[in-house]
Amino acid sequence: MTKHLFRPALVAAALLLAVPGIAQQNQPVPAPQQQNQTNPGGAQPSAPAAQTPAQANPAVPATAPAPAPPPVSKANAPVASPAPPGAKSEPPTPGQTARSGAFSADVKPTAQAVSEKDLFSKLKDGQTINGRVSIPDQRSANLIQPEGNEWRAFKTQTLPKIGAASILGMLILLALFYAIRGKIRIDAGPSNKRILRFGGLERFGHWLVASSFIALAITGLNVTFGRSVLLPVLGPEAFTAFSLFAKNVHNYIAFAFMAGLVLIFLLWVVHNIPNATDLQWIAQGGGILSKGRHPPARKFNAGQKLIFWSVIVGGALLSLSGLHLLFPYQIGGGIGDVQWHSQLHGVISVIMVAIILAHIYIGSIGMEGAFDAMGVGNVDLNWAKEHHSLWVEEEMRKGSSVPAGRVMPAE
Amino acid sequence: MARMKFLCDADRCIECNACATACKNENEVPWGINRRRVVTLNDGKPGERSVSMACMHCTDAPCAAVCPVNCFYTTVDAVVLHDKDLCIGCGYCFYACPFGAPQYPKVGNFGSRGKMDKCTFCAGGPDEDRSQAEFAKYGRNRLAEGKLPLCAEMCSTKSLLAGDGEIIAQIYKERVAKRGYGSGAWGWQVAYKETVAL
Repeated sequence: MTKHLFRPALVAAALLLAVPGIAQQNQPVPAPQQQNQTNPGGAQPSAPAAQTPAQANPAVPATAPAPAPPPVSKANAPVASPAPPGAKSEPPTPGQTARSGAFSADVKPTAQAVSEKDLFSKLKDGQTINGRVSIPDQRSANLIQPEGNEWRAFKTQTLPKIGAASILGMLILLALFYAIRGKIRIDAGPSNKRILRFGGLERFGHWLVASSFIALAITGLNVTFGRSVLLPVLGPEAFTAFSLFAKNVHNYIAFAFMAGLVLIFLLWVVHNIPNATDLQWIAQGGGILSKGRHPPARKFNAGQKLIFWSVIVGGALLSLSGLHLLFPYQIGGGIGDVQWHSQLHGVISVIMVAIILAHIYIGSIGMEGAFDAMGVGNVDLNWAKEHHSLWVEEEMRKGSSVPAGRVMPAE
Repeated sequence: MARMKFLCDADRCIECNACATACKNENEVPWGINRRRVVTLNDGKPGERSVSMACMHCTDAPCAAVCPVNCFYTTVDAVVLHDKDLCIGCGYCFYACPFGAPQYPKVGNFGSRGKMDKCTFCAGGPDEDRSQAEFAKYGRNRLAEGKLPLCAEMCSTKSLLAGDGEIIAQIYKERVAKRGYGSGAWGWQVAYKETVAL
């Protein structure tokens, strides 16, 4: 039926192409007679058969001779006649039908309407459903961001799991180590001589980073674990007061941490370049597992270098991601950027806490004589000879490090 | 008990922004904060639609889940509210909210955002109903007065519906059936884990 009814249209198209002059005239304003001829009423089963010429869609006749735009058809029409196949393959679209004025049940004027389902199916990872708003706050043009739910899963499940596993795991490891190995003593026993290990500026740098890190760690952990650990103990009002204080401490002490980080980097980076001595130290496990075994080391052994670079790299990542969170729109790039950096900040933080717990252990209860290095700045000569043999030799060679005045009675 | 929800029939929204204006006026919302806004999708293209969006008062709300001080609570009408006396302005609810509902008086001002503000479904807050303290912090408590949110009440095309979820879903379903099309209940799948079957 459709084929049969197309025939007049094809005839008309061929006629139009054969007479370029007529085609030119009739394309913009088709004559009533031609509308009748080209009206593809049969191609739209829903349209009433008695459609009058006046009702016909003015756009429809254009579909028949359309493939030849006016200037081109003038030159080419007599030779090439692409109209018939073109006309055949271009039945009127629903949109065109709708414009003819007669709506029928299956003609939907909103067929192209944007729907949430379609938008979601096209949405790629990290994308949001975005539009335009006429209020000044352009960020509110973000209609729906499904990432919010992923961030929620991170905040309420992933991060607490990673945090608890790394921190509790480290505490258990350290407790086991202490139970098995005990406190690492100075094998040769304390001497009556001491040697300067860290000067005032070095100790200042260390304690600036250390104290700010502890403040940041406690206030940071409160954000993740406070609600389940502290809130039931303190009650809502007291916990909010503490959390508000903690938030401000975290925001401002962060800058002290960053300053300390720069200071210790400048002070110690030359002593922390990995070298061949470190391989030997690592091969012997630092000698920490067996008594009386001390691989040679210079100012910092491989373990200390590992702590140094963890603090520098981890601290830098924490600083950068933290700045994104502090200045979400000045430095950060909006909601997606802030979500990403808060995840990075959280994961690096709990890993850093675990690493620093090990550092605190070995610098305090884990090893006899170690705390003095950062506590008073000078250490027992026997401790230094056992743990930093090459460094002691260098200092002795320089001769200036153990002046009479600095050699003090032990303890 | 009713389960309060919003539903924006985007095929009816004419982007007049009266909902946003009504909300600001009724609740005396601070300058710079928009508890409700109208977002136009496919602006200027065929099939353009506008959606009025505010807090959707989610089932199992993400904001409440991530709040470090647990300042959110859900009323018997399933409206998600928060206690400004407990809020520390950390911004976490804004990270988690799929609809960008939480707003702050100071945007990213060195982490001191101030207390979070959002749509209350015109249901106030934890302070005494219709008290001066409640109005100052949260705006009008129309639910306590037996009225529905003003944004939906005064929508000129009745595009924005507010009320019991089952009733407004039924109204929307009937409209879609009668006119033969519907662009969907915006935000329902994300907020309520269910949508209106069309």
